[in-house]
Amino acid sequence: MSETAPSAPSASPGRRARSERRNRWLLLTPAMVILSLAASGPLLVVLIYSVLTPGDYGGVEWRFSLDSWFAVVVERDFFTEELTLADAHLMVFWRSLKLSLCTALLCLIVGFPTAYFIATRPARRRDMWMLLIMIPFWTNLLIRTFAIMELIRNQGTVNTLLVASGLIDEPIQMLYTEFSVLVGMTYVYLPLMILPIYASMERLNFDLVEAGYDLYANRFQVLRRVIFPLVKPGVVAGSILVFVPCLGAYVTPRVLGGGKQLMLGNLIELQFGQLRNWPLGAALSLTLLAVVMVALIFYVRAIGQEGERDV
Amino acid sequence: MSKGFDVRRQPGFSTIAIACFVLLYLPILLLVVYSFNAGSSIAIWEGFSWRWYVSAWENEQVKDATIRSLVLACSASAVATFAAVLAALATTRSKPWRGQTVVFAMVNQPLMVPEIVTAVSLLIVFAAVKQVTGYTGLGFLILAHAAFCIPFAYMPIRARLQGMDLSLEQAGADLYGTPLRVFRYITLPQLWPGILAGSMLAFVISLDDVVITEFVKSAGQDTLPTYMLGQLRRVVTPEINAISTALLAISVVMVTGFFFVNKARK
Repeated sequence: MSETAPSAPSASPGRRARSERRNRWLLLTPAMVILSLAASGPLLVVLIYSVLTPGDYGGVEWRFSLDSWFAVVVERDFFTEELTLADAHLMVFWRSLKLSLCTALLCLIVGFPTAYFIATRPARRRDMWMLLIMIPFWTNLLIRTFAIMELIRNQGTVNTLLVASGLIDEPIQMLYTEFSVLVGMTYVYLPLMILPIYASMERLNFDLVEAGYDLYANRFQVLRRVIFPLVKPGVVAGSILVFVPCLGAYVTPRVLGGGKQLMLGNLIELQFGQLRNWPLGAALSLTLLAVVMVALIFYVRAIGQEGERDV
Repeated sequence: MSKGFDVRRQPGFSTIAIACFVLLYLPILLLVVYSFNAGSSIAIWEGFSWRWYVSAWENEQVKDATIRSLVLACSASAVATFAAVLAALATTRSKPWRGQTVVFAMVNQPLMVPEIVTAVSLLIVFAAVKQVTGYTGLGFLILAHAAFCIPFAYMPIRARLQGMDLSLEQAGADLYGTPLRVFRYITLPQLWPGILAGSMLAFVISLDDVVITEFVKSAGQDTLPTYMLGQLRRVVTPEINAISTALLAISVVMVTGFFFVNKARK
């Protein structure tokens, strides 16, 4: 190989390209090694595990079987061998989907006006407002979930205040319900909605809004017919950015749902913990991953539209 | 239209926005306030006291978990930042090359794949490795954390590299500087803010992680977040608030620092 030859001061273009390529891969090596050992590699192992037979005490036996993939949606009756829909799984799927969609909607209702508010502040101040949105987001998710828990538990601030004011006689059970998971996820993921909507709105041309008013539109019509269509890619992006982590949420439903309001993430954990069915857990993980990937494709398309609009 | 007509106004929007900011900070604020509660309730104020900070400080488990969290966050962010600097150097300022997509997909994987999926995949692999080698040390956690910190360290470093003026490096090369010396004396000094920002972000991300740590840790290897998660099942005292407040303080300082380091370069 020519690389082993002593290097001349003026290398030929071919050799320079080759050494550039070698340097590039040398530089990439540490990151690629770490990522293949602790990210991509293990993901491939999950794929393999999903088509193996569960072992008796967790783990797997190395026998090929597609049972786990069927078990994601159907259940085989232990005695009659009859196949029925796996109600328990479907209920968890449905709850995950429902709560994720509701969270995205709630975040949109709160986030859209907030993003609009920030985008209409003087340019100098906008960064500070956005920093205020981002600080909670970069702080510990568990702590934020925990803050909500303290607020709504039976002996928590909200119930204590309500009882003290005489509005209610007994604390309302809010914790460990779907409501508490919904509130928690909205609180935790709200910044993910505001960020992309704000990015769209910051570039909103208010001459167009003014033109709308000149054409005798009222405020609501301007909002619906002018502003909303212009920032729609941001709205779509934000909704997906909220929807995706909700779907795979684990900490929030565990803390605020108290093991009663299982979501997909908790169902996966159960298979690796108490239920000791690793292949089923692997199949469920990949199902979740597939849904997330589809959502992310829509996200990339929404971002793409955003770019086209600028041109 | 009347003269005072503001085209930017939308009725009710400001109210919702202000409510949003209040609701965003109120729960955290209450959490912090009750960490100073003299009583053992997290909802009834009984006067100011440091007692829960003292009690957290004297709790051996908390001390243990704090040290582990910090050691883990420091080593993981150092490893991730080192790998990210090299990777950023390799992926900027070059024409598109073969394998580029694969590299980007791998770097971004921790951002796209749900944390719980990564967590169980690591559980599967590391459980097998632990069984075969018998090693159950902190190495697994450092490796796992370094992996998901890489994209967070990579982003600001790459952004910094892309925004850099190339003429200085070319001048250095024209003056017969070797690539290594050009990097050491020209690129690196300009790259520092990016490296600082990237490592701060990686540190915070590692410090706050719950899910992956929970699945990867061996017995008795609690970090502060997993310790807190375990405590939530018991009777909650303001001690948890005190620990949370300390963690929050670190995060807020880091994030604000990141914001200003990042802003300074514009």
